[in-house]
Amino acid sequence: MTAITLDSKLGTAWKKPHSIKNPTLRWALVIGSIVYLILAVGSIDVNWNRVSEGLVRGWNFVVAFANPDFVSRGTDIREGLMESLIMTITSTVVGILISIPIGLGAARNISPLPVYIICRGIVALSRSLNEIIVAILMVAIFGFGPLAGFITLSFATIGFLAKLLAEEIEDMDKAQAEAIKATGSSWMQWINYGVQPQIMPRLVGLSMYRLDINFRESAVLGLVGAGGIGATLNTAFDRYEFDTAAAILLIIIVTVMFLEYLSGIIRKRVQ
Amino acid sequence: MLHIKKLTKRYPTGDLALNAVDMEIPKGQVVALIGPSGAGKSTLIRCVNRLVEPTSGEVILKDQNITSLGTRGLRTVRRKMGMIFQEYALVERLTVMENVLSGRLGYVGFWRSLFRKYPQADVDEAFRLLDRVGLLAMADKRADELSGGQRQRVGIARALIQDPDLLLVDEPTASLDPKTSRQIMRLICELCEERELAAIINIHDVALAQMFVQRVIGLKLGELQFDGAPDQLTPGVLTSIYGEEDWEATIETVDDDEVGE
Repeated sequence: MTAITLDSKLGTAWKKPHSIKNPTLRWALVIGSIVYLILAVGSIDVNWNRVSEGLVRGWNFVVAFANPDFVSRGTDIREGLMESLIMTITSTVVGILISIPIGLGAARNISPLPVYIICRGIVALSRSLNEIIVAILMVAIFGFGPLAGFITLSFATIGFLAKLLAEEIEDMDKAQAEAIKATGSSWMQWINYGVQPQIMPRLVGLSMYRLDINFRESAVLGLVGAGGIGATLNTAFDRYEFDTAAAILLIIIVTVMFLEYLSGIIRKRVQ
Repeated sequence: MLHIKKLTKRYPTGDLALNAVDMEIPKGQVVALIGPSGAGKSTLIRCVNRLVEPTSGEVILKDQNITSLGTRGLRTVRRKMGMIFQEYALVERLTVMENVLSGRLGYVGFWRSLFRKYPQADVDEAFRLLDRVGLLAMADKRADELSGGQRQRVGIARALIQDPDLLLVDEPTASLDPKTSRQIMRLICELCEERELAAIINIHDVALAQMFVQRVIGLKLGELQFDGAPDQLTPGVLTSIYGEEDWEATIETVDDDEVGE
């Protein structure tokens, strides 16, 4: 080891050090990635006849967007939409109510270890199961219809909201909570005064966001038989009624945009 | 009134924050606790109301041993110890009034506190205290709308509405400008005198401490280094607490200030 002196450094160029120091390893990784990419693309088997047929069908669908048909299946669409909205709102409300206590329990800084482990377990379980898989299971248990969708979305909301709520609690300002504790407050009072005001805006924001997600998910869940607008959409595709399908998709897009706009306003209000 | 016996705190990391500290504070006495960062000042006052659990030793407030209390008993005794914090520690999204009334949480039930239906006597006392600290007009403002000095005044009102026997004050002026710092220190000391409150004030600013308190305790690496009147703080004593430095300027400033006021 020679000592680094200023004289030896002056006049020499400076370059940012490579994040992988070994040059052999670095080039091996670069070349390996390129070769893999080429092989991977080559392995995709494209049936061009099938694609040319599909392009025609796809084009029909695009054309249908130009004149969506809201009327001929109007009753089905209205019923599907109502079912979806009810499913969305009920599952969001129930999901939030259940995820608040679980979120409190899953925050390491306010909960004892056994409670923490149980609540984190519930969150992990809810998050590890994709909505579609839960929905298939629920349809198998409760039969076709919106009940299966409602349970699925409530379950998914718990994993999402409880986890983010717990993280918000873990990031809260300790001093404010400590000050409330020092007054001799009970645990419930401490949560109400020391913790709740700190996480409220985030809770409202996340709830609105989840409402939005649940509506979009409810459209997907219909495809596996869990009711809602998705079921109507699925039927429309099965009958090749692309104009009705286009109408349904437009309704979904408009509703999601409306919810986005609404949540923006509400979040600004609660800051 | 407050009696601390062989108080020791070892953190799980192995750091010995307090090593067998003894002290006794009579009713109505305001004590400044000085010492370098990491000397255990914050740990000491947090061990008194058990926001930090002491490892061993006893804290006795009015013949009651705090260290052996259960949850319920601890809540009851915490009511009698008001705490004032560095950086104010107000709940920022609550109103000034809610912050002051939160000092009564140990006295009112959960439902009353949830719906903010405090007894009229508490509400009156909150208004009285806000008037005393000069913030009556701010009662319905949100805490994060106030300036630093105003926030600390709310913090003082919150501690006093507990009707405490003892004030635990943690670096009350650390984030305030020099003028506001003095006003806050003066306010705390005046209120202690009016109500015959004992107080332990952690403070970095030695000159400011000398200006207002009757007794100074120096802590170094968790051990008592000095205990005496403010004018006994000589350069030699400060060196023994903080380490070698030129202390003449610090002490002289105090004299100048006193002449100046």
